[in-house]
Amino acid sequence: MEKVTADSIKFCVDNIIASPPAEDIKYINDKLSILRRNNISIPIVYLGITSSSIVAGALDVREAIDDYISESDIDIELIEVGSIGLCSLEPIMDIQLPGKCRISFQQVTPDLVQQILDGVLNNFLPPDNILAQYRNPIHQPWASVPFFDELSFFGMQQRHLLANCGFVNNLSIVDAFAFGRYKTFADVLRTHTHDEVCKIVEASGLRGRGGGGYPTGKKWRATLEAAANQKYLICNADESDPGAFMDRMLIESDPHLIIEGVAISAYAIGASKAYIYTRNRYEFTVQRLEEAISQAYDAGLLGYNIMDSGYSLDISIRKGPGAYVCGEETALIQSLEGKRGMPTLKPPFPATKGLHGKPTIVNNIETLANVPLIVANGADWYSNIGSEKSKGTKLFSVSGKVNQVCFVEVPMGTPIAKIVELAGGVKQGRTLKAVQIGGPSGGAITANELNTAIDFEPLKQIGVSMGSGGITIFDDTVCIVDMVKYYMQFIQNESCGKCIPCREGSQRMCAILDNITKRPNNDDQHSTLERFKGVIQLESLAEVMRDTSLCGLGQTAPNPVLSALKKFRDEFEEHIFDRKCQANVCHNLRTYYIDVERCTGCAACAKKCPSNAIIGTPRSPYFVVEEKCIGCGICEEVCKFSAVFYK
Amino acid sequence: MEKKLKELLEKYSHTSRDSLIPILQDVHDELGYLSEESLSAIGKHLNVPTSKIYGLATFYNQFRFQPKGKNHIRVCHGSSCHLMGTVTLLEVIEKILKIKPGQTSRDGKFSLEVVSCVGACAQSPVISINGKPYGKLTTERLEQIIEEQSSIEPA
Repeated sequence: MEKVTADSIKFCVDNIIASPPAEDIKYINDKLSILRRNNISIPIVYLGITSSSIVAGALDVREAIDDYISESDIDIELIEVGSIGLCSLEPIMDIQLPGKCRISFQQVTPDLVQQILDGVLNNFLPPDNILAQYRNPIHQPWASVPFFDELSFFGMQQRHLLANCGFVNNLSIVDAFAFGRYKTFADVLRTHTHDEVCKIVEASGLRGRGGGGYPTGKKWRATLEAAANQKYLICNADESDPGAFMDRMLIESDPHLIIEGVAISAYAIGASKAYIYTRNRYEFTVQRLEEAISQAYDAGLLGYNIMDSGYSLDISIRKGPGAYVCGEETALIQSLEGKRGMPTLKPPFPATKGLHGKPTIVNNIETLANVPLIVANGADWYSNIGSEKSKGTKLFSVSGKVNQVCFVEVPMGTPIAKIVELAGGVKQGRTLKAVQIGGPSGGAITANELNTAIDFEPLKQIGVSMGSGGITIFDDTVCIVDMVKYYMQFIQNESCGKCIPCREGSQRMCAILDNITKRPNNDDQHSTLERFKGVIQLESLAEVMRDTSLCGLGQTAPNPVLSALKKFRDEFEEHIFDRKCQANVCHNLRTYYIDVERCTGCAACAKKCPSNAIIGTPRSPYFVVEEKCIGCGICEEVCKFSAVFYK
Repeated sequence: MEKKLKELLEKYSHTSRDSLIPILQDVHDELGYLSEESLSAIGKHLNVPTSKIYGLATFYNQFRFQPKGKNHIRVCHGSSCHLMGTVTLLEVIEKILKIKPGQTSRDGKFSLEVVSCVGACAQSPVISINGKPYGKLTTERLEQIIEEQSSIEPA
């Protein structure tokens, strides 16, 4: 096996990457057909393994497949792939028989493995768990199984970045070569100057995907033109918005695309050292990336004097110890230098004075993943995709109260409604309350605004920002005030503490929101007034934070509060004036009652009640004095007869 | 422990402050937490005041300053998990084990950590115990798991 891989790598480097190829065209095509698994001799089982599917039990399924293979009389190969985007249907297992289309099975459990494999290997399809099959003109399709491109989930997307995700062996550089990776990098080294690559990216109109939307080419230009003996490229893969997971999935599913993107971008700005800053806790992501990088080194695509071009590049992974603020480029640089990740003043911009005082480009991982596609297909191809002001496609991860948690790739300017549709609509047919886009720095979009295009400017017009692409869907069982409080607590924890508006502002906001969602012990007039003032104070605090914070984190931190206040003001007022949470999420606003039928009068609740709100005589039903109840719920916990309930 | 620490630091001879975070991460991986002694040893090695190192370590979410329990519980608190009821799960854990996030129970059996999104939103709410993930958790299942874990003596 080892020998085959070494030979295959050599074949790929000599014939796919090199120009002109060493062998004749027919031989190359035959060999490619084998490498692309169009032409296989033994059955292959593919299993999607990502950090998401592992939680769904993919490792147990792998074990079951291994057992099956070792017990089987025929040779079967097991290949690990990434994720196709349908996270709710994981673990996903594909089977490809020689000459037949590759067929996918969803929600596979270890118990089902034997049944499915037994069936398919004997040309018999089990009735359940079939997802779809891959279209391939030279393969014979399975009868009455839909093709992937016929599923609306795939038909509605434009998958360029995700083209190989979940399809291609993500552990092998040979597969990466066979499906077109690194060819662009080799071409760039051979035929393009630094300036030419920069120009292509400038012309393409690519904008930073981290949330800022700054034109990437413009940023690069400044660094390219800066005179320095050392320049750095930093790839920000420290994805940490709660609810955003698409970048991790992209790395795990197609790590070589990321490396190629980093390599081409580093070449474009003339950097000889690149860092990929990811997070220590994403063990699986880091592992995949480390493997891919070492494979690229072995194939001679990284290191000293790459492919005799005279260009040298080192890529190393830095495992961030976990701070949300490190998404800000200056904070990230501080963290790389071994300091606390606190943003610094701009200017000087990192593009001219960054890591160790040298010109440094910090780009989001998705931005860099776009670069090989742009250079390979040309700036015109790229600028034809997307909206007028924002070009290309964007990755989104959709989670929350939806039928299908997924990550998708759609052109910029796609209406938000389409993304909700891609996610299979709201769970259990409930009504949609809001779409939170951009996590804690974004904002809520109401059901009426669903036709807004996903693009930097239109979103700004309705008072939210795109963020990095995490979308969380709320249905009517979600309390907006509670969610805003959640995001604010997140910001409060993650605020670096350098500037006062963000540090103190987030704390005050949390306190106000806490006050709104809690029932005070003694509801005197003063605290009631304080609570009433809450909304007004929230608004003015939010404006101060937005205008005076040092970095993007602080400036965008009040977004969820402001957008929710604007769009769901009645819900805030209901919490404040009526002391009610319609969704029944805010525990402390609940009022408890005792079911007369069930209460035996044991007095357990009355003894435990911290506010003496439960009165009665032993051995006859007790009752709760509504005015005194603080909604702590202790009575419900101690009641052995389930007599306590809340409204 | 001192010997281990020494070996670790030897790997990083002739380094500057740049490698402070990787060193801290290695020590953290080895010991499971950052002890007072290890912080001052790293300080001496890099010639950086211990106070600065402590300041840096407390800034980041990764580092803990109490030894890990035999069963280390990580609770995902991403937005999707929050919607699906992480708060209730946390309350249950805190009530049963009587520890707060970042702490270790007195008998050393359990430690608790709250982490931001683990990226498995389809399976929310998610927790992991000693790296083994549990998805779509309910409070009943959680109580059951904790009971199972506290009866098993991990090697």
